[in-house]
Amino acid sequence: MKIVVIGNGMVGFKFCRKITERQIPGLQLVVFGEERHPAYDRVHLSSYFEGKSTADLLLAPKNWYADNGIRLLLGDPVHHISPGVQTVTSKSGITESYDVLVFATGSSAFVPPMPGTDQKGVFVYRTLDDLDLMKSAARKARRAAVIGGGLLGLEAAKSCMDLGIADTTIVEYAPRLMPRQIDQNGSEILQRQLLALGLKIRTNAYTTSIRGDGQATGIGFEDGTSIPADMIVISAGIRPRDELAAAAGLETGSRGGIVVNNKMQASHANIYAIGECALYDHTIYGLVAPGYEMADIAIDNILGGDRSFGGFDMSTKLKLVGVDVASFGDPFPPPDTCRVIVFEDQVAGVYKRINMTDDGQYILGGILIGDASSYNMLLQKVKNKIKVTGKPEDELLGSRSSGDSAAGVLGLPPDAMICSCESVSKAAICKAVEDGHETFNSVKKCTGASTSCGGCAPMVKDLITYTLKSQGKYVRNVLCEHFGYSRQELFDLIRLRNLRTYDDVLDHIGQGDGCEVCKPAVSSILASLWNDMILAKGNDTAQDSNDRYLANIQKGGTYSVVPRIPGGEITPQKLMAIGRIAEKYNLYTKITGGQRIDMFGAHVGDLPLIWEELIAEGFESGHAYGKALRTVKSCVGSTWCRFGLHDSVSYAIRVEERYRGLRAPHKLKSAVSGCIRECAEAQSKDFGIIATEKGWNLYVCGNGGSKPQHAHLLAADIDSETCIRYIDRFLMFYIKTADPLTRTATWLNKMDGGIDYLRNVVVKDSLGIAEELEREMQLLVDNYKCEWREVVETPALRKRFSHFVNAPEDKDPNVRFETLRGQKKALEWK
Amino acid sequence: MSTITKEKMSWFFACKVEDVPANGGVCVKYKDGQIALFYFARRGEWYASQNLCPHRKQMALSRGMIGAQQGEPKVACPFHKKTFSLADGRCLSDEHECAIKVYPVKLEDDRIYIGVHPIPG
Ligand code: SRM
Ligand SMILES: Cc1cc2nc3c(=O)[nH]c(=O)nc-3n(C[C@H](O)[C@H](O)[C@H](O)COP(=O)(O)OP(=O)(O)OC[C@H]3O[C@@H](n4cnc5c(N)ncnc54)[C@H](O)[C@@H]3O)c2cc1C
Ligand code: SF4
Ligand code: FES
Repeated sequence: MKIVVIGNGMVGFKFCRKITERQIPGLQLVVFGEERHPAYDRVHLSSYFEGKSTADLLLAPKNWYADNGIRLLLGDPVHHISPGVQTVTSKSGITESYDVLVFATGSSAFVPPMPGTDQKGVFVYRTLDDLDLMKSAARKARRAAVIGGGLLGLEAAKSCMDLGIADTTIVEYAPRLMPRQIDQNGSEILQRQLLALGLKIRTNAYTTSIRGDGQATGIGFEDGTSIPADMIVISAGIRPRDELAAAAGLETGSRGGIVVNNKMQASHANIYAIGECALYDHTIYGLVAPGYEMADIAIDNILGGDRSFGGFDMSTKLKLVGVDVASFGDPFPPPDTCRVIVFEDQVAGVYKRINMTDDGQYILGGILIGDASSYNMLLQKVKNKIKVTGKPEDELLGSRSSGDSAAGVLGLPPDAMICSCESVSKAAICKAVEDGHETFNSVKKCTGASTSCGGCAPMVKDLITYTLKSQGKYVRNVLCEHFGYSRQELFDLIRLRNLRTYDDVLDHIGQGDGCEVCKPAVSSILASLWNDMILAKGNDTAQDSNDRYLANIQKGGTYSVVPRIPGGEITPQKLMAIGRIAEKYNLYTKITGGQRIDMFGAHVGDLPLIWEELIAEGFESGHAYGKALRTVKSCVGSTWCRFGLHDSVSYAIRVEERYRGLRAPHKLKSAVSGCIRECAEAQSKDFGIIATEKGWNLYVCGNGGSKPQHAHLLAADIDSETCIRYIDRFLMFYIKTADPLTRTATWLNKMDGGIDYLRNVVVKDSLGIAEELEREMQLLVDNYKCEWREVVETPALRKRFSHFVNAPEDKDPNVRFETLRGQKKALEWK
Repeated sequence: MSTITKEKMSWFFACKVEDVPANGGVCVKYKDGQIALFYFARRGEWYASQNLCPHRKQMALSRGMIGAQQGEPKVACPFHKKTFSLADGRCLSDEHECAIKVYPVKLEDDRIYIGVHPIPG
């Protein structure tokens, strides 16, 4: 079979790539291209002015064509076709016969008929050559005007500015910018933002002439007025390149375009048209994604399949302009057929509109200006008809604006098209990640996602993060090969069956001998449920190594010692005690980021001795080794600070002493600030408390670490007792329902309904479990004992703290230190 | 493993059964070296290996958690959780990581002996 393709633009190229991938024996492919360059990324044309080179923009290097058996004839447009004898003839006189002919001639910029358009200084914005011409003219130009305030016009205007022409005006015939994509209010906000960028805007302006005497000097309007400009870019729409087809007697539309059926066939059965030159159902699809889909459909039909084209979503997001603009789905359906939710912030220049079904269950479409961060997610919800779970307005405002956006992709079905340009589904991306493509570039390469318009890049990245995070757990949300349950299920089973040791749990509801994944997870559940001494009942060896030795292992195999210093408050005596003990056992000391003191470099055999002395001085374990409450930081508060509203130190100590030793799916951190200046950074904690005039504000689910997240306000202006009750409920609910090693922030991000749901459970007691949660927490609080005290006082436990079982007095001779700034440090490892 | 024959093996007394925590490990001093000894109470089995984790050369394996992967006994290093088979010493979590040496263990009443090669190797 011999196929001739006319046009080597974006869609023509996609056709070539997709058909060569099919590896059809005997396929001959000849491509004529009018431009000098092989196919390039027209969508990102403007980035040419931002430093991208032609080579950067090419969709494939020139040798790709020959390597794939394609004859590419560049700079040689087809001039004539003879459908009767099935040949095409190019400008240079080459004649080729064909079995199948494919039009991928795209479109050209539409230049309205008016005097003066043929002068110097008048440009269109479509090809690399156009841009080269603009570039050389820009050096001398002082004022620019862009005719057309649509998507491309705005891009062209931005490019004029990028070329150094500060005085640039956008001229639009309609009363507002982007009339086809956004509504009046949106346009107003957009206009204001563009003005702020320094662009001038003239709407309701019907251009009738380009003034000048061979070199353009300005634009004349129908009302007789004019504006001066020596560089004029016409961006008044596109005109499909159907001239060849029309001349060959193929059916074309009255306003241009080669008429095709849903198989992309023109009015001759072996002639196809795809991309911007094709007129399907009275519509020209001026975007790449539908063009790519058309290429796929044409290939399928050429090869005997029968897939058909069913129209395409025309959602768009503006690139590069410096103001986010996006419209998706149906931006303005008839007024009384839907429910419209609008958010507008004139100062910040944000306008968002969502059209929903009357029942508020589905999103139909909308407009985003100033902040299009939710574009991808909303577009997916429209395309996949995903039911809105929370309140409709949350879709606009985001119920967790600072939230982990990666969690959002969770809600998408596996077949959701993430990259519509390249038809890559969520499942395909997740699969690639699971197969070991763990970076964006690698996923891009392997799936093709994000290689065209790039609009889906944030979503692809979210999916990678999300899949990586939940690998294994996502596929089967079970703990490991020894337990066929999730953590939450295990938690309930262990409680119902009253299981007290790891071995009991394994015998009753697990299988095999356990491993390093299920042991700490089950141990943490046991500790959260019963708060027994974690080293008792043979549970010691089921603990993570740090929990087993009640200390954090350090480079070289020594341990660190962190006594609890509630609220960061410490007496001079206790400070001196720490100093004395650290000196005696030759420990490195450091103030931690958690307002306490860490002593490093303790030999395992010294740990009970050190703790014995610390306990005698009134210290207790700081649980720095456990998935447990760490610190409750405090600011100095009203006792000293001139701004303090309440005594934040006393309250922090109360909170820290209440929850000390509490085992959880992950570590827990808290802070109390004495006023809104927030010196204790409470809003970055798992739960944080800030004093207000009337009481306390309680924030939850904040996180520092590698993916910081601000905490959400759970309850405002509550008294001290209520605050504790809410924290009891919140923590217990977290302990019972979170996956292993999931901080509260991640837990919330994955929670259906987000903070609203959590607030309902904790504050409004929507599940009717508040009392039970409080009771369970009280039990744990009452059961608290300092585990280091128990070790120090129990010879059998104490005996385990030695390096050599057969030489308990000997220290590990391999441990070595170096000196740094007068203290010791671990010897660097290999 | 099979190349080590009984004749060449010498057994040294490590410790008593009661000294080793159930389903956990201890470190045994042997001359100037260290050997990790593990008691799989659930299976009634004993294993021994070098105490040095080949990853960052840390004397730490005896403090690791033990468990099984598809029935094969293993230990996870407390530092970065690399896991090693206690049956043949190969690294289970990272094919590029070196294997560890394993030693035979025998029990006489409540006394545990570890078998070592007289010529260190
Ligand atoms: C000692 C300390 C650094 C210091 O010298 O200041 C520290 C040391 C360690 N941090 Fe931290 N973190 C310390 C404050 C913090 C803070 C600041 C804070 O608490 O205000 C954060 C950010 C806040 C947060 O957690 O949201 C912090 C976020 C982390 C994370 C990331 C957690 C996350 O959710 O992403 C890890 C990794 C983990 O836990 O999985 C981590 C893990 C660690 C580990 C346990 C790594 C390890 O497994 O060895 C380090 C233990 C050293 C040791 O043996 O003692 N450390 N770490 C700080 C101890 C505070 C204390 O008194 O207990
Ligand atoms: C500045 C700019 C920004 C854009 N931004 C976006 C965007 O953000 N998102 C989006 O989806 N779309 C965008 N588009 C539109 C997108 O570029 C087009 O939809 C896409 O390029 C259409 O592909 P095509 O192959 O049909 O046409 P083209 O890419 O135009 O290719 C057609 C090719 O055929 C050649 N040709 C024509 N006649 C002949 C002949 N007789 N013989 C040989 N060759 C011939 C032409 O010279 C041309 O090279 C943008 C376009 C521009 C100009
Ligand atoms: S930031 Fe990293 S290196 Fe520093 S203490 Fe925390 S875990 Fe260790
Ligand atoms: S030192 Fe053992 S795993 Fe890194």
